[in-house]
Amino acid sequence: MTANDVSEVQATGVTWGSDGSAVARWERACFLTDLFPERGAAALFGNVQVALFRLPEDPLDPADGGPVYAVQNLDPFSGAYVMSRGIVGTRAGVPTVAAPVYKQVFSLVTGECLVAADKAPQGDLPPDLRTYEVEIRDGVIHVGLP
Amino acid sequence: MVNSGISQHLVVIGGGMVAQRLVEALRARDDAGRYHVTVFAEEPRAPYDRVGLTRWFEEGPEGIALGDQALWADPHVTLHTDRKIDSIDREAKTVTDRLGHVHAYDELVLATGSSAAMPPIPGNDLPGVFVYRTIDDVAALRGWVEEKRRSYPEGKPVRGAVIGGGLLGLEAAGALTALDAQATVIEFGTHLMGVQVDLGGGQALKRLINGKGIGVRAETATSQLKPHRRTGHVGRLDFADGGRLDVDVVVVATGVRPRDELARAAGLPVGERGGAVVDLSCRTEDPHVWAVGEVACIEGRCIGLVAPGNTMAEVVVDRLLGGLAEFPGADTATKLKLSGVDVASFGDAHARTEDAVEVVWADPVAGVYKKLVLSDDARTLLGGVFVGDAGPYASLRPMLGAELPGDDPSAFLLPEGGGAPNLELPDEANVCSCNNVSAGAIRGAVTQHQCTDVPGVKACTRAGTTCGACLPLVKKLVDTELERAGIEVSTALCEHFDLSRAQLFDAVRVADLHSFSDIVARFGTGTGSRGCDICKPVAASILASLGNGHILSGEQSTLQDTNDHMLANLQKDGTYSVVPRMPGGEVTPEGLITVGQVAKDFGLYTKITGGQRIDMFGARVEQLPDIWRRLVDAGFESGHAYGKSLRTVKSCVGSTWCRYGVQDSVGMAVELELRYRGLRSPHKLKMGVSGCARECAEARGKDVGVIATDKGWNVYVGGNGGQTPRHAKLLAEDLTSEELLRTIDRFLMYYVRTADRLQRTAPWIEEVDGGLDGVREVVMEDSLGICADLDAAMARHVENYEDEWKAVLEDPEKLRRFSSFVNAPKGADPSLAYVEERGQRRPATSEERATGVVIAGPRLEVRA
Repeated sequence: MTANDVSEVQATGVTWGSDGSAVARWERACFLTDLFPERGAAALFGNVQVALFRLPEDPLDPADGGPVYAVQNLDPFSGAYVMSRGIVGTRAGVPTVAAPVYKQVFSLVTGECLVAADKAPQGDLPPDLRTYEVEIRDGVIHVGLP
Repeated sequence: MVNSGISQHLVVIGGGMVAQRLVEALRARDDAGRYHVTVFAEEPRAPYDRVGLTRWFEEGPEGIALGDQALWADPHVTLHTDRKIDSIDREAKTVTDRLGHVHAYDELVLATGSSAAMPPIPGNDLPGVFVYRTIDDVAALRGWVEEKRRSYPEGKPVRGAVIGGGLLGLEAAGALTALDAQATVIEFGTHLMGVQVDLGGGQALKRLINGKGIGVRAETATSQLKPHRRTGHVGRLDFADGGRLDVDVVVVATGVRPRDELARAAGLPVGERGGAVVDLSCRTEDPHVWAVGEVACIEGRCIGLVAPGNTMAEVVVDRLLGGLAEFPGADTATKLKLSGVDVASFGDAHARTEDAVEVVWADPVAGVYKKLVLSDDARTLLGGVFVGDAGPYASLRPMLGAELPGDDPSAFLLPEGGGAPNLELPDEANVCSCNNVSAGAIRGAVTQHQCTDVPGVKACTRAGTTCGACLPLVKKLVDTELERAGIEVSTALCEHFDLSRAQLFDAVRVADLHSFSDIVARFGTGTGSRGCDICKPVAASILASLGNGHILSGEQSTLQDTNDHMLANLQKDGTYSVVPRMPGGEVTPEGLITVGQVAKDFGLYTKITGGQRIDMFGARVEQLPDIWRRLVDAGFESGHAYGKSLRTVKSCVGSTWCRYGVQDSVGMAVELELRYRGLRSPHKLKMGVSGCARECAEARGKDVGVIATDKGWNVYVGGNGGQTPRHAKLLAEDLTSEELLRTIDRFLMYYVRTADRLQRTAPWIEEVDGGLDGVREVVMEDSLGICADLDAAMARHVENYEDEWKAVLEDPEKLRRFSSFVNAPKGADPSLAYVEERGQRRPATSEERATGVVIAGPRLEVRA
């Protein structure tokens, strides 16, 4: 997995992940170094909870510090705000996070639920996670909110 | 009772194993619901595994439960227990039960079985004379032996005798030994198990039985049983040769007699030696009355074995549903189920076939005797006798009547197979005689029903679900078939590792690796792979078991499931529960007050756990360190409730307080819990210690259960509760405290190293080489030569233990993980909502959230 598949380089920094919706505002989350590599962290913007994941750096290009993905922190299958506490990994090369409650697996790139583990989402929640755009500006992670 | 116009009413008289098989077979095949079946059992319980009666001593009623109990909840099935049938009216087609109720039938099956025969020896009705047939018999025998023991001064043994040296007599002798009574077997004939085994086998068998501490007196007729002068209980056996034997208890096991009194009274023909006469369709003279099992006189005789009875049940079901099945003749193969004594025979064991050739291999020193009976050209297998090593029995028995491959049939008798050719069983060979499953059916389960392992094949075919003697052969057939079908039995963990957990454990240990990066680089499937939610926790557990420091140190922290990562248990609303260790369930009043005060201050819901400690629910991530600090300051530590690791060692109060306790169970439980705390394992581990045989700690429901005896400790392994409850089985007896620790050390380390991912001890013991006996050989006799290594590994674990909570509190870098939001570290999750119930709070349901009856958000704490 290299960053090129999902990123576009902008003048201001690097952007990862997008679900195609327009970004209405950019919110500052934390320093990139606040995140433990290969673990998630939750960020709170008003009442919106976002799960941030910092993946290992590309061994060929260690300077970029590794890609960062943002998805909703709400786990659709348990209804709890816990996605940031899942284990990150890969399925067929796609970076993933596993829900810590009932172990569904989601793509960090598209938010798609890859493994439903014989469960249905709570209420009428969609099974896939929404994703948020991420930009790193001067070592600070910014999240694009709709 | 359901008896609609369409369905016919089938009445089964008798609630034994064969009755159960008949109902099972009917329900499996009668899809259209043509029959409603009512079973009348004389015993006050559902059918049980009478063949395994001796197991009742060790494992209690569930040890001999038979089949799926859901059968009796089937709407097409009615079971009346404790309801003997008194008479049959064939004219009116009704039966009358002991309460006088009359039940109509369309079809009637007699499955009344046998009763134990009582030979007309004077004194056979004295108190203390028992038979061995039902759970009630066995329970009465146990009660008698225990009562005798109590009435004797300590150390004076209870002396027992068994009249009859057949299969049943030996099992009864085994039962007496299990009750710690002396046992002497009195046999009228020339040798033990005379029906199944020839003289040579009988002599080897005698040595084995003697080796179990059981006396044998062959060629001895008992002339009378004499009462004890003072008690009037049975006190002495007098023999025809003038010999005498003082006894406290006698079990008579000289044979069985068919329970054909109903058939006689109903005017049905009975055989010369009793039994309702049936034809090969198992039908009596009356076209609507059938007989199966031991009460059926088929081909001129009654057969006292379960397998032919089951076959009869299948025949009757087939007939009831319009089929034309016939009884194919009895498979009289038998295997003695006495622990530590292997005896099996099948076919023409006595070589009565004309010109039969016998091939014998004997090792008198080891008490091993093996014999094959072959046709005159020494090729076709006619029968066999195995004493002391029944290993070849499972694979040879199905070859009965077939030609053995290879030139030298004696090769099959040599130890370890001696290079005998691999047996390719014909499809029609009967592998499981209890359930009549052929080799072809087992192969079909793999090739046509997509079964990929032995449990799957067992469920699909029922092979090996009754006595289990054929399981090694079933496994071999399944493995061969899978291999042939090109189905590789994948033990790969996930897409990142081709190895199983056990293989990975060994690989990591031998290669001396200490990080996931190194493990995945060395043993992973692809370059640059970083693992996933399956292999990472496995690697985390392996690294922790091998002692690599705190589980949150460095890269290890990225491998942990959220429970281990937060050192607490995730709950449904995203908060965690906190469980401090209370070793052995012991806690001081000060400790209780601290726990109560902490729960109160942080607004936590408290509940007593099943493992004798206190769980505090509803802690948010950012609160965890503050909660731990309060607990650690008061002397508590992590209880590892979150880990795949030792949870608790449950105990009863033991000899320090209890009137009945014989050892200090709390002291031992505390010692065990402190020794094994924090030990990471393939799945959670639970232990229990009971201070006497009353077993108040329910230790046999644990992975490791310790039960005090007046000589030391018995240790049981492989128990669990949950969805598939298992009683732990005896691993070793009367150990000193030191021996106990060493045994458990080795057992746990062996398990940690070789079990599969998320495999608890019970299924592990089933799958590991040699089963429980194999485990015993490894940990008690060091058969693999690894005990020094296991001991050293456990010593390292004990030495390097640290409290995981305290270590976090002392390390700011680790503490940083316990923030709720990266941009608001002390902010509470705004989604949390609670309602009050019975004086405490609990998460609000989605309905309560929707209707707004929620009483509080996350900030409920009452803390000032």
